[in-house]
Amino acid sequence: MHDFYYFATGPFAWIAFLVFIGGSIWRFRSLLELAKRKDSIVFEYMDTKFALRSIVHWLIPFGSRSMKINPTMTVVTFLFHICIFLTPLFVFGHVILWKENFNISWFTLPNAVADLMTFIVIASCIFFLWRRIKLPDVKYLTTPLDFIILFIVAAPFITGFWVYHQFSGFAVMTIIHIISGEIMLMAIPFTKLFHMFLFPFTRGYIGSEFGGVRMAKDW
Amino acid sequence: MSESKLTTDKKSDVKKIEDQGILKGLEQLTPEKIESVINQVINDETGARLKVYVDTCVHCGMCSKGCHFFLSLNDPKFSPAGKVKQTLWEILRKKGKVSPEFIKDAATVAYTQCNLCKRCAMYCPFGLDVAYVMSVMRRICHKLGVVPLYIQDTAHSHSATMNQMWVKDDEWVDTLMWQEEEAQEAIENLRIPLDKEGADIFYSVIGPEPKFRAQLIFQAAVIMNAANENWTMPSMPGWDNSDMCMFTGDYEMMERLKRRHFESALNLRAKRIVMGECGHAFRSVYDVGNRALGWKMPPIEVVHAIEYYNELFEQNKIKIKKKFDRPVTLHDPCNIVRGRGLHEMARNIVKATCSEFIEMTPNREHNYCCSAGGGVINCGPPFKNARVESGKAKAKQLFAAKAKGAEVVIAPCHNCHGGLEDIIHHYGVDMELKFFGDIIYEILELPES
Ligand code: HEM
Ligand code: HEM
Ligand code: SF4
Ligand code: SF4
Ligand code: SF4
Repeated sequence: MHDFYYFATGPFAWIAFLVFIGGSIWRFRSLLELAKRKDSIVFEYMDTKFALRSIVHWLIPFGSRSMKINPTMTVVTFLFHICIFLTPLFVFGHVILWKENFNISWFTLPNAVADLMTFIVIASCIFFLWRRIKLPDVKYLTTPLDFIILFIVAAPFITGFWVYHQFSGFAVMTIIHIISGEIMLMAIPFTKLFHMFLFPFTRGYIGSEFGGVRMAKDW
Repeated sequence: MSESKLTTDKKSDVKKIEDQGILKGLEQLTPEKIESVINQVINDETGARLKVYVDTCVHCGMCSKGCHFFLSLNDPKFSPAGKVKQTLWEILRKKGKVSPEFIKDAATVAYTQCNLCKRCAMYCPFGLDVAYVMSVMRRICHKLGVVPLYIQDTAHSHSATMNQMWVKDDEWVDTLMWQEEEAQEAIENLRIPLDKEGADIFYSVIGPEPKFRAQLIFQAAVIMNAANENWTMPSMPGWDNSDMCMFTGDYEMMERLKRRHFESALNLRAKRIVMGECGHAFRSVYDVGNRALGWKMPPIEVVHAIEYYNELFEQNKIKIKKKFDRPVTLHDPCNIVRGRGLHEMARNIVKATCSEFIEMTPNREHNYCCSAGGGVINCGPPFKNARVESGKAKAKQLFAAKAKGAEVVIAPCHNCHGGLEDIIHHYGVDMELKFFGDIIYEILELPES
């Protein structure tokens, strides 16, 4: 039991962060390298002003017509993204770990808030799951991997909540929580989860095309 | 008459469509040939963009409502990402090992179920450009020789005659002289100056104008003369600015066409090119062809008719007798609105020429395509019914504008005219279609002779 715990928080944690950071750098570099060789057009037309203009519109809730005609998805996806990004950074249990291991610490979320945010992520995942099963167009696009990724994303939140509230078997659950978090990190560079890093570039490029060449809005 | 056609939820059956160009092409395919052509295109002609567009897609379906095909047919196969799934998604996953049957369906999707209108890029949170992915699919099909018959015929015409409609060189000049004569009834001594060096305006049109809509040439001539322009038209190939090769995936031929068109203007040392009211031709000259030739922006200023007419009114170069007095609505053509942002200028012209204007919704960048663009209408009769079905969202939009009182639809694009005409007829919308040129010609105050 203890061995598992030490493995999960020790070597495996290092591996997870290495794979996440190293893998992301590798993926970025190979795309950049390919783009330089084959899509020089992207660099020619990329325009900071128009790229930012587009990115900003798409980061503001209801900033695009697409978001306006999909209001439920917009509300859910914004809450989901804010929570999935901030919760792990500021949840008390995590900050404590940083404090213990590296002696650095920062602001932590009040318990009730952390709980609420965790709950939002889990509920959002259920909503995404519902969409994937019920909406014909989303269903048509869904692959088995999409379900797996959704599960990988929800798992650290479900288990984190479990551990925090010390439901039965929370000792085992702690280990599962840690492993699931690590799996999620490692999945990022190699799955569609990489969208978090590519967003500024895909949006920025289409924004530059629309702004600089097409002289039209793209939101 | 038949608004009921709007509610029948008939799904068009792709499998039933039999196109001789596609079927004949398939006969010559082997799995090895398919694989080698696909990998050649993927490895040599595409790169990070295609990879990112296919891999980044989170399969969320936000783009569905961006596409008028999906809105009209309510079938997941017609959502933008759904079309990627049926084409390059599968091809990349199987590394090109796909069957001729797959290519048949993929060609149908890429050539006839996407107008390359880029509206979906404005609805996907990541701005993934499905039109680009469909163009790659068309490129593969072109190289495999699996192209719908009718559009391939226009591409053949382009390569044999440098125009889209098999217009012979002498027929072209004859047509211009005939239109000059017609126009002289409006303005005495009117000329259509041929091959004049150093003119301010090099005026080019699309192949179908001399073939089917020659009156547009004389209307343009009357407007140019009324505005007292120093203009010219070329007597030799290079006069046609249209480009079906861009849409079949024949990029080598597209480059030849665009080069000839630019060279015609540059050899005459024209100051700028003014193009007639066509959307796809503008896209080919301003956006796609020039880049294929290696110019970041066109080597000579390229001006669409809307921009030119707007200038005429802003600079008071022409006068009108009275405003056009029937209520009008405006169809924003994708290729010059999402493609060149001319929507506000178009509205300026409407204000200057018409007494009552009714917006259709959505409008400007968000307007629905007419379902004819991207070469879809050029794929001809085998696909006509499916195309008109896909225009249901457009028909609803037109009915709504009509309910507010609009009687005339201004559509400053040839393709849109073709597509809208079919939609108006099929759904019984009963509205009249006009170009800006028609309206300006009708209300123009002619100079005293
Ligand atoms: C590197 C591996 C990780 C370790 C070692 C770790 C460890 C922990 C620990 C010790 C707790 C506190 C439990 C308690 O208070 O008793 C916790 C809670 C939590 N963890 Fe993690 N975690 C990891 C990864 C992740 C990831 C990747 C996520 C989500 C993206 C995540 C989400 C959460 C959440 C949401 C809570 C709190 C739940 C609540 O307050 O309701 N964790 N984690
Ligand atoms: C700012 C740019 C971003 C945009 C526009 C964006 C957009 C989206 C969209 C549209 C979905 C689809 C939901 C679905 O139907 O499955 C999604 C899912 C997701 N995003 Fe993001 N995202 C962004 C950044 C991020 C970041 C920074 C993270 C992580 C911290 C992240 C993590 C996720 C996760 C875990 C999912 C669920 C995956 C799934 O549904 O399979 N995203 N995102
Ligand atoms: S028709 Fe237009 S909106 Fe639909 S997939 Fe093609 S480019 Fe996108
Ligand atoms: S909106 Fe974009 S990311 Fe979502 S399914 Fe469509 S193309 Fe993919
Ligand atoms: S025909 Fe008109 S509406 Fe249709 S794609 Fe072309 S410009 Fe757009």
